[in-house]
Amino acid sequence: MSEKVGVYICHCGSNIAGVVDVEGVAEWAGENLENVTVARDYQFMCSSLGQELIEDDIKNEGLTRVVVAACSPHLHEKTFRRACSNAGLNPYLCQMTSIREQVSWVVEDKAAATEKAKAMISGAVRRVQLQEELQPTEVPVNQHTLVVGGGIAGIQAALELADAGYPVYLVEREPSIGGHMAQFDKTFPTLDCAACILTPKMSDVGAHSNITLLTYSEVEEMSGYVGNFDVRIKKKARYVDEEACTGCGICIEKCPKKVVDDVFEVGMGLRKSIYRPFPQAVPNFPVIDTESCTYFERGKCKACEIFCPTKAIDFEQQDTYLDVTVGNVILATGYDLFDVKRMPQYGHGRLANVFTSLEFERMCNASGPTDGKVVLRDGVTEPKSVAIVHCVGSRDENYNTYCSSICCMSALKFGHLVMEKTGAEVHSCYIDIRTTQKGYEEFYNRLLAEGMHFIRGKVAEVTDAARTEEEEGKLIVQVEDTLLGIQRRIPVDMVILMAALEPRADAREVGLKFGISCSMEGWFTERHPKLDPVATMTDGVFIAGVSQGPKDIPATVAQGAAAAARVGGMVSIGMVEIEPVVATIHEEHCSGCRICNTLCPFNAIEFLPDKGVSFINSVLCKGCGTCVAACPAQAISGAHFSNGQILAELEGLLYDVYSGNGTQTAQVESEAIPA
Amino acid sequence: MKQFAYFPGCSLEKIALSYNQSTIETTRKMGVELKELEDWNCCGATAYFHVDELLAYTLCARNIAMAEKEHLDLVAPCSACFKNTYFTNRALKEDPDLADHINVALAEDDLHFSGDIEVRHLLEMIVEDIGCEQVKEQVSNPLEGLRVATYYGCQIVRPQKDHENVEDPEFFENLMTAIGADPIPFALKMRCCGGSLLISSREAALDMIFNLLKCAEDSGADVIVTACPLCQINLECYQPQVNQEYGTSFHIPVVYFTQLLGLALGLSNKSLGLGTELIAATPLAQYAT
Repeated sequence: MSEKVGVYICHCGSNIAGVVDVEGVAEWAGENLENVTVARDYQFMCSSLGQELIEDDIKNEGLTRVVVAACSPHLHEKTFRRACSNAGLNPYLCQMTSIREQVSWVVEDKAAATEKAKAMISGAVRRVQLQEELQPTEVPVNQHTLVVGGGIAGIQAALELADAGYPVYLVEREPSIGGHMAQFDKTFPTLDCAACILTPKMSDVGAHSNITLLTYSEVEEMSGYVGNFDVRIKKKARYVDEEACTGCGICIEKCPKKVVDDVFEVGMGLRKSIYRPFPQAVPNFPVIDTESCTYFERGKCKACEIFCPTKAIDFEQQDTYLDVTVGNVILATGYDLFDVKRMPQYGHGRLANVFTSLEFERMCNASGPTDGKVVLRDGVTEPKSVAIVHCVGSRDENYNTYCSSICCMSALKFGHLVMEKTGAEVHSCYIDIRTTQKGYEEFYNRLLAEGMHFIRGKVAEVTDAARTEEEEGKLIVQVEDTLLGIQRRIPVDMVILMAALEPRADAREVGLKFGISCSMEGWFTERHPKLDPVATMTDGVFIAGVSQGPKDIPATVAQGAAAAARVGGMVSIGMVEIEPVVATIHEEHCSGCRICNTLCPFNAIEFLPDKGVSFINSVLCKGCGTCVAACPAQAISGAHFSNGQILAELEGLLYDVYSGNGTQTAQVESEAIPA
Repeated sequence: MKQFAYFPGCSLEKIALSYNQSTIETTRKMGVELKELEDWNCCGATAYFHVDELLAYTLCARNIAMAEKEHLDLVAPCSACFKNTYFTNRALKEDPDLADHINVALAEDDLHFSGDIEVRHLLEMIVEDIGCEQVKEQVSNPLEGLRVATYYGCQIVRPQKDHENVEDPEFFENLMTAIGADPIPFALKMRCCGGSLLISSREAALDMIFNLLKCAEDSGADVIVTACPLCQINLECYQPQVNQEYGTSFHIPVVYFTQLLGLALGLSNKSLGLGTELIAATPLAQYAT
């Protein structure tokens, strides 16, 4: 029995109809394409009236296949599959073809666009007739969620879920949660102190009965699929028994060894060998840094152990591993600061009074290395003039082409703090000032009124080579003032480099571990840049915060909450549908060569030694087809992408080459190629 | 024995005789043979590429083709010669069509560019192919206490060739450390000397030279050491004019790195052409052997 195909061509307002002769194409399809029962064009197929059109035809005309020529299936495949389903047709018997993204938006010539649309519809019509009914499978969703990264994004996500009553594992690499925000002093544009708004959330996390906090820990590996991920977490040895420790801090006080703190204090301050990164750390148990600890170096000391009132120090502690099962994962792994030494022309490390933005944050922080005083590297002298260099490693072809998004506002904040604390002159050398969020432009205006100097130009270099007497002993900022059209040399006492935000150095590795991809730059890739910004192409893995791309604290918090809402929805329903477009191995053809095992990007294929064949876990499979193409024995078939279906589509696309009028069946020896 | 084809360039024939002399002497001492190209021609200097690019490429390609005939990498001690020849070599390797065009012209001279050799600056060759470690082993007369301002100039590392550090390279300093000297931090080490700007804009060029001299003096350098004849001339010959214009009293010797290298290897002042400079290199007197 031949199929009855319905063809629906969308105008998409003028998006498609402005270029493609939609009425003509509909008429042509109805008259010329084999087995097409109805062919219609409509203003907006995705509207409820458009969908009803399809549903009515299925019921009244007895359609057995549906082709929708409209936008990309990324946008509306679900819509039209649902419409078919509503009318009792298996949703996988509906095929979309993109005559907007692939035709009307890219082909300028109207006649050529109309011809291309015809070819694509012809391909879809041939293909859809060979499509099979598929049934999605349902799997249960584990209630637990894994949140990776304890910065403000991870904290927000964990709290939202925990407050909704769902259990969370929060894994943080450092000894305390808090992330970069804990290092900051004030937050723009309101200038409320970062610690004041962050630490209540941190203690909520520490005290929440639904949150299992795993600091100084890292995810070793993850396997499984949405709803059921098996995760192995490594808890690094702290050398402090968390059960016994009360966090009194006597051990820290008594430890005789001081070292430079390169992490929290970014090299600006000292810490002990047994330490907590900052006073409000959560949890507040300290950790022993074995690289500098006298006992670990020389086998002697143990001052901390001797003075600990609860005998919590344990030099024999080992790394431990925790295996947990979770339904969903939220990655909020944050960013690294651009290494400003990659731009030696700015002199950081060579010229003492050149600071990075993070160094300056620590300097402004009342509990920081200078007790909040803005001073030169000597620790006492207040600067009389300060230059702030924007876009260090951002918007620069040699380093990162993107805008780091937060630096302009941070620079304004720094300018305010410098003037407030020292009364120094502040020069800001910018390319463009970008203050795009609520209250930001107002903050810029405030700094203009406060007398901060703005010089539009990218700084060429910072040098100590003086040319004139007033330059002697100063740092000279060489910059082209592009508004005045002159070169300027600005002698200052201090320079602050607004370093770019960069993806974590191990972002790609982490992405691989969790089965998600990164952009060219190394930011985690979202499922859709506008409409699905916290989901990823891997079901059950969500992203939040700067690991997805540079953003400020409000946006980071919003993403943390959004990711939690997505996870909460899945957990509350408790079941998830798994797409049936997957590959299957036909055991009788499989020689057990295992070529496919290593090629699968989703680790969905395993080898069954007892049978001597490979096996695809259909829940993990994304239907990408890599294994289907690679199998030398053609033992793997991809549902919805069989050879027969693809060849039929090609024949359809080439209808005019074969027959000239598109009514004859192409003479392809498709029998020679197994389905 | 390592062998290289040698392209001294016009400057080393006349005004930079001591650079040529010290180059030949020091490389020989270190066991490197420089075989001068038999009939080399001008590199086109700063002007020709802007006048006629194709002909300028052809000019440089001729020198490269002669080195190819010898199957030797080509070494140039002058930064301008190096830059022009290096980028010609690269352009022709990357664009076979351009190479084909130029090969038609080269055929007249029975030459052919095939792109199988590299072009090196003398300083890079010594640092990379011989290596600071080996230089250090051969030093018999370390220049201890001599404070040198290592002046790279602009054309050794720029334009950027690959991903090397063009803002703050350190190989020149490393070589000076290897011969026992003390390379002081010299902030303007990568800054242009003015090149041929003196001809067209004396005022602007003198300002550039003034800044370099001032920075070297402020940094406490005994001598400025260069790897380019044009840098040497601009910094040395124009000191009196700078002093006149700016009311300064600069008196800093400007020598070639090969002269210092030769001294450290135990070669005589005479063989290195020392004593012929306009501003006497008196800080070097104590190291004479």
